[in-house]
Formats: sequence, structure tokens, C-alpha cells
Amino acid sequence: MANETQHQGGTAEMAAPEHTRSGQVYRPDVDILEKHDELLIVADMPGVNPDDIDIKFEDGTLTIYGRVTDGRLDREKLLLQEYGIGDYYRTFRISEQIDASKISADMVDGMLTLRLLKAEHAKPRKIKVAAK
Amino acid sequence: MVRRSVLFPSQLGDMNRLFSDFFGPETRWAFGRGRSFPAINVWEDGDKLFVEAELPGVKSDTLDVTVVGDELTIKGERPSRAEDELTFHRRERGTGSFTRVVRLPVEVDANQVDASLSNGVLLIMLPKSEAAKPRKVQVKAAK
Repeated sequence: MANETQHQGGTAEMAAPEHTRSGQVYRPDVDILEKHDELLIVADMPGVNPDDIDIKFEDGTLTIYGRVTDGRLDREKLLLQEYGIGDYYRTFRISEQIDASKISADMVDGMLTLRLLKAEHAKPRKIKVAAK
Repeated sequence: MVRRSVLFPSQLGDMNRLFSDFFGPETRWAFGRGRSFPAINVWEDGDKLFVEAELPGVKSDTLDVTVVGDELTIKGERPSRAEDELTFHRRERGTGSFTRVVRLPVEVDANQVDASLSNGVLLIMLPKSEAAKPRKVQVKAAK
């Protein structure tokens, strides 16, 4: 069952970000979870304001882009640097199992949650077994 | 019994690492990355030391930041989703509790330490103690 839904869930990725700001662009860590009637994509984008997120859905591809606030980008002379700071970008291929008109998103504490509702025909349907 | 490590030869050569954390267990959050969580960036100005960490999805009420002597401890947790009928197709984000102890390179005034959490970024500002602030030395011409 897990394999089947993995294919049906329909999220594969593509590379090559395009960005107009200079600096490193990072790929945020994500969890992709499937529930009964929806798919959830949770992405870690610390340092990004909810207003600075761009979500685009076009031709079956979902793209998320998070702009990091400028103030953090030009830190000079770090004594210790264990991580880099930059914008976030990632894309997902969405299958037709998703109702494209019902994608919603919320962003809190640097964590973006995308809810993709499954299209009616993709929802698992329980079948009643009649006893004879 | 607490073990304190000495500086290893590899650390002496690395100019970027002025300090390392001497203890702090690998946490579940590390998820096999083989490094302590959270990753930190550190910088300073004349009278303050700054430590920043990225902690998306961590609430400030589960975060514990303490300074004792020259050690800064960052402790917290991010719970995992506990739901029935949930299948993970991809799982890259760690969950669980974490503790990291960082030895500070300068003496700080523990009473004046300030920590703020915004959009999942924790910024800790530690004022240097008087003795640790840079002092200009007048160079006199020798006769």
C-alpha cells in the first residue's frame, strides 16, 4: 500500500533554481505526509517572514521560494560559521491526484505548511460489505 | 562523571573554529548528520558576542537558554506529528529534543544575556564582561 500511494501521491522534484538576488540559495528540508484526504508538505525556512514567501502552482509543478530578510545576509567576520544564510527554493511535481484549486499554506516560526487536498476521485473510499 | 576533552591537533589547524563544544550528545534531531544540533553562527562586535541558531518550528516556551561561566547551553524540542493514518513519503526534518553546550571564547556578563526567537531564528546576545572588552593601548615612542 505504501508503494502505491507513493506513486499516487505524486511529488517528485526538479532542479535548477532561478533567482534574481545574489547569494546562495538553499533547498529547505521538507517532510511530505499523506493523510486520509490531503497531502502535507512541511518545509523548514527559518528567517523568512510569512510575507516573503512565494508559492506558485503551474503546469503541475509546485514551486516555493522564501526570501530571507536582508539584515542577516551581510554578516561580516564570523568567529564560527556552521551554516550559511540565503533564500530557499524547492519545486515539486504534483500529480493529478491533487485538487489544484484547493492548495493552502500557512507559515509560522519559520516553518511552512502546504496543504494539498486530494481530488475527489483520489480519496480512498471505504466499501461496505453486506452480510448475506 | 563528566569528560572534558582537550584540543585535538585538527582543531588547532582550523582557524575558523575558535571553540568547540566539548560535550553534548548526538540527538535524535541530528538524524544521522553526524553533527551537533543546532548549528550555530557566532560573531562579535567590540562589546558583545552573538550566537545565532536556526530552530524552525520550535516554540519559545520549550526553549531553554542558560549561561554558566563560559558555557552557553541551548536546549529545546520539536515534537513530531502524532497522528493516526499518516504516511511519510519523505522525511528530512528531524524531531525530538536537543541539547547543545557551547564553550564561549570570551568572558560574558551572564546577567545581561538576551535571547530572542523570530521566524525560527534564535539570536543570543551576550555582553562581554569588562575585562574582555578590547582596550586601546597607547604606543609611546621609545627614546
